[in-house]
Order: sequence, then C-alpha cells, then structure tokens
Amino acid sequence: MPINRRDFLKTAGAGLGGLALVDSPIAQLEVQAKQVEANSQASMLYDATKCVGCRACQVACKSRSNLPPVTDPERIWERPLDLSADTWTLIKLYDGEEGTSFVKANCMHCVEPACASVCPVAALEKTEAGPVVYHAERCIGCRYCMAACPFGIPKAQWYSNAPKIQKCDFCADRLAGGERPACADACPTGAINFGSRQEMLDVAHSRVADTERYVGTVYGEHEAGGTDVLYIAGVNPHLLGLPELDERSLPSIDWPYMKAVPWVVGIVGAFLTATYFYTHRNEGKEVHDGH
Amino acid sequence: MAIKLGDIRLRRYKVGPGMIFIWIVGALGLAVAAWRWVVGLGPTTNLSDHRGWGIWISFDMMAGIGLAAGAFTLAAVVYIFNLKKFYPLVRPTILTGFISYILAALTLLADLGFPLRIWHLMIYGNIHSPLFEIGWCVMLYLGVLLLEFSPIVFEALHWKVPLKIIHGIEIPLMIAGITLSTLHQSTLGTMLTILPYRIHPLWYTPLLPVFYYISAIAAGLGMVVFESYNSARTYGYRFELKLLSSLTKAVPWLLGLYLVLKIGDLVVSGDYVYLLKGDLASVLYIIEIMGGVVVPMLMFADPKTRNTSNGIIWAAFYVMGGLIMNRINSALTFFHGALYLPAWSEIAVSVGLTCLGIIMFDAAVRFLPMFPEPTAEVSEK
Repeated sequence: MPINRRDFLKTAGAGLGGLALVDSPIAQLEVQAKQVEANSQASMLYDATKCVGCRACQVACKSRSNLPPVTDPERIWERPLDLSADTWTLIKLYDGEEGTSFVKANCMHCVEPACASVCPVAALEKTEAGPVVYHAERCIGCRYCMAACPFGIPKAQWYSNAPKIQKCDFCADRLAGGERPACADACPTGAINFGSRQEMLDVAHSRVADTERYVGTVYGEHEAGGTDVLYIAGVNPHLLGLPELDERSLPSIDWPYMKAVPWVVGIVGAFLTATYFYTHRNEGKEVHDGH
Repeated sequence: MAIKLGDIRLRRYKVGPGMIFIWIVGALGLAVAAWRWVVGLGPTTNLSDHRGWGIWISFDMMAGIGLAAGAFTLAAVVYIFNLKKFYPLVRPTILTGFISYILAALTLLADLGFPLRIWHLMIYGNIHSPLFEIGWCVMLYLGVLLLEFSPIVFEALHWKVPLKIIHGIEIPLMIAGITLSTLHQSTLGTMLTILPYRIHPLWYTPLLPVFYYISAIAAGLGMVVFESYNSARTYGYRFELKLLSSLTKAVPWLLGLYLVLKIGDLVVSGDYVYLLKGDLASVLYIIEIMGGVVVPMLMFADPKTRNTSNGIIWAAFYVMGGLIMNRINSALTFFHGALYLPAWSEIAVSVGLTCLGIIMFDAAVRFLPMFPEPTAEVSEK
C-alpha cells in the first residue's frame, strides 16, 4: 500500500473536520496523560499457561451475578458454548497444531472502550477505577455497543421484551468494597492475577521473558488502545479467539468527526444564510420599491 | 361525505385494488410489529449476539433516511438558491420527507430493545456517540418538517395567523432543516467509521460521511422523480417532466463527484486489491458502482433520456437502487458477523411500514390540497 490506512485517515479526518487537529502536541500530551491514568486502573492478567480449565471462575461468576445456567439440549449439563447474556466469562480450549491452551473469554475493559463511546444514552460507562459498567435503567436497546465492540463482548437478552445488554462488569461492586473480582478469587492456580494495570504489565513482561513457556506478547497492552484485561499464553493469542487489532483506540477514529459537529453547523448555517441573501438581493429592493 | 373543514375534505380519487392490498399489508405489518413488542426480538427476528442489526437498520433506517434527502435538497434549491420554478415540487417532496422520517422513527421503535425509552435520548446524552447526534437531528428535523408541512393544513383551514407566523420563520426553518439534514445524513456514515473491524474494506473509509451525504442528495432527487411519477399516475396529475428534467441536471455532477472520490479513495487507501479478489463482495461492489452510480449518471446526463418520462424514471430507479444497495452492502451484507437472512417477520414489518407510508401519503392527497386542483372551489373568508 502506498499510504497506509491510518495516515490516510488522519489526513482525511483533519481535512474533513477542518479544525479537528488529530496530531497536535496537545493531543499527544493528552494521550500520554491518559496512559498514566490507565496504568493505575484495576487490571486482570490471565496467564493461560497456569490455567487448568477447572472453570471455578465460571461458577464463581455465575453465582456472584446470579446468572441462570446455560445447558445442553437434554438439560443435563451446564454447558455454555459461548459468551451470552447469561454467561459473562467462559473457559475455552484451543487444541491444534501449535499446542494446547485454555483461554478465558470475558470483557476486556478497554482503556478507551468503543461500547461506551458509541452508546447514545451513556448506559455504558468507563469508570475511573477501570471497570466498564452498564446502567440498565438508561439503556434504550439500540445494540450499537454490540456492533462497536471489537471483541464481540456485549450480549443482549434476546428472549426478553425488556432486553438488557449483559457482560462482565469486572465485579465493580466488589472492587469498590476492596475485594478482588469473583473469578480471580476463585482461581486455584493463580492463572487470574489481579492488581493495577502497571503491576499486571510488570508481571506479564517478567513472565513472557521466559520464551520457552510464553510466546512473548502481552495481549491487551496496546490492542485497540490498550485494555485492562491482559493475556499471556504459550500459543499465539489470535489462535485463542483474541482478534488481531491495531493500536489505535476506536473512539479516537470517530471523535474528530463528532468534534466537528458545531463547526459544520456554523459553516453550513452561515453558507446558507449568505447564499440566501445573495440570491434574494434583488427581490429585497423590489419589495422596498413597492412599499 | 360529512368530513369537511375548510379545504380539508375527502377528495374522491378511485380506490384501486392495489390500495386495498396496501392497506392489508400495512395492517399485517403493524400486527407483526405488535407481536414483536410483546414477545421480544429473539422469537420474532433472526438477530443474534453475533448479528445485532438486520434489515430494519440497514434498509429501513439507513436507506430510508437517505432516500428522504430530497426534502432538504429541494428546500435548499427553492428557498435558499431561489430557483422558484421548482416550487410545484416542494409540497409533495416535503410530505414524502415527513412520512419517511415518521417511518424511520417507527422502524426504530420496532428495532429498539426498549422502545418506550426512546425519549432517554433527550435526558441522557453522550456527545461522543454518532447515534446520539442522529437521534437529536432526526427528532428536531421531524419537528422542522412538521412546521414546513403545516402551511398546507393551515391554508386548507383558512387559518391566517398561524400561516403568517410560519411564513415569517420560513427561511430560518429551511436553514435549520438543511443544516440538521447535512449533519445526520453524513453522521449515518460516521456511525460506521468506528467499526473498522466490522465493515468490509471496500466500503470502510474515513470518507464514509461524505459518501453517505452525497449519495443521499443524488438518490433523494431520484426519489422526487419517482414520487412525482407515482402521484401523476395514481391521482391523474400532470407529470412535471420539464421541471424534473431541469432539476435532475444536477445529478450527474453529484454522482460524478461521488465516483471520483470513491475511486480516489480505493486507490489511495490501497483497498482496490479487494476488487481483484473476484469474491461476492467485489462483484456486488462493482454492480453497486456501475448500476447505482455510473448508469444513472450517464442517463441523467443525456438530455434525450432525461427528457422522456420513461428515461427519467428508470434513471431515478437506478440511483435509488444504488443508494439502497450501498447501505445494505455496507451495513449488512458485508458487515462482519453471523450469517443472517431476515426472518419473514422482519420483512413483514419492513414492507408493512413502507405500505403505511404509502397510506399516509394517500391520505394526505385525499384530505389536503396537496396538488393544484383545477376544480377546487376557492372559498375566501
């Protein structure tokens, strides 16, 4: 590609928004400040190499949030196959050419979450502590969050006529009370670590230095602008269902356009008004002459 | 008939079997929508966690609002650019726009999980959300359209004072309407820019808002042609071919600009490689551009085609089809997610609401002085 998408986007975005200066020094300082803030947020580090697939986290999650079981067709097994409104975290297994690894699926609690950014009624909120929480009483059920999440996390209660959006809330209530998230508390092997984002990044980097055991990347450090849930594993994270994403945060893509709204109103309004007076300049005279 | 209030009276146009069919389909659609409100989206649609938006969003909302762009375009042409000769087209176009936005709002009520909370947009805000902006613009624009439409009712009632008030604020009203339309027509494109991993690269571009805006104006003008043709055929009015031909002279310029930007965007971003793949996306992209942009551009540019009823109507169909295809391709067919085909109930609501729109238009023509009537008695008070 002669010019990559990001550069083109920046140019086009700046051109379109006119005054939306995406790359100004102030904007860069803001980004740095955000990063520092983000690293003090609550964070979970999932170490797939330590996970034995006992699903204690899944059970703890369901009991803490009072979620109904998801069963097989005979209704004998509690057997969710994917995240849903009733299953906020799930242990999955990759068993393929590059080895075998469990992986825990749940909300990534992005540093700059797309879901909260697109929600027209701010029903989803990125709290200062880190968790992305849902205010059900605000939700209008537009499902823009489901479209916007690059990880496909928010799920709807499709079989209700008051369908709430459901997803992992990082046990925000427990965190506020000084407790650990239910899943991290339940984990018997230390696969789910909990602490500040900075602490978790430090632990992750010291562990992935062992290249025998780990593939070297800390998933979530930079993806989609960084997430508060981090992954390290013995196989490539993309094989574990973690999508390949670039480093830009999603809200940073459409914010220049949204920021330009007042300018568009001003410019279009002024243009129309000026045009009106220009095209009606002779009529005005006639009216005056007539009176 | 007893219904008579000023000029609001039942005009006796024939009710054909087609109209009766439309009444039935419209009623069925509303019944299915009511069923969906009772039992929820799961049992009545093919939507799922991996396919949160279906045809109600891509076809009814995105294409529907796009096709309604004729109302603000004509308002600009007549009231701002002062091309008064197009005035005869204004009223039916504003009516069409008004109805289209009512339909968009109704579709949203069918699609929203909590339709009764739609007013939450007014008390909870998020300026980062394109949908918040669209919601506000559509609400305000519905109000503007109501006011733009109201003189027809006031005239029919011979209410002079409200008529005078509306006439006094006419120009600010038109400017507000055009500005609001510029915002939400383009923001429908902005809505998709935050979904880089969902939208197919052939349709995903930072210029989406610009593309949505230009194509809406072009297809909106196509809709004006279609609506005039339909009114002429159904109610026996004169088809304003000369006016429409003159008005649509602008379409080749709009589509030309659109085409140049589209091609330029593919080349600059390097996404043209996806065209060489020969998969369904590349085929449908080429059909969309050829059939929905190039063909109508050439047809509207050719005076011989534009000046015949058949030619201009087919050209209008192509440009409208191009917009519908573009919205469905970008927001549904090549929107990354689970495989999806609309459920019969989704189609029933979609078709039913479209019929409801036709019923509303028909009712307006029957009860209000929408078109100049040679036989109408002129009663002065």
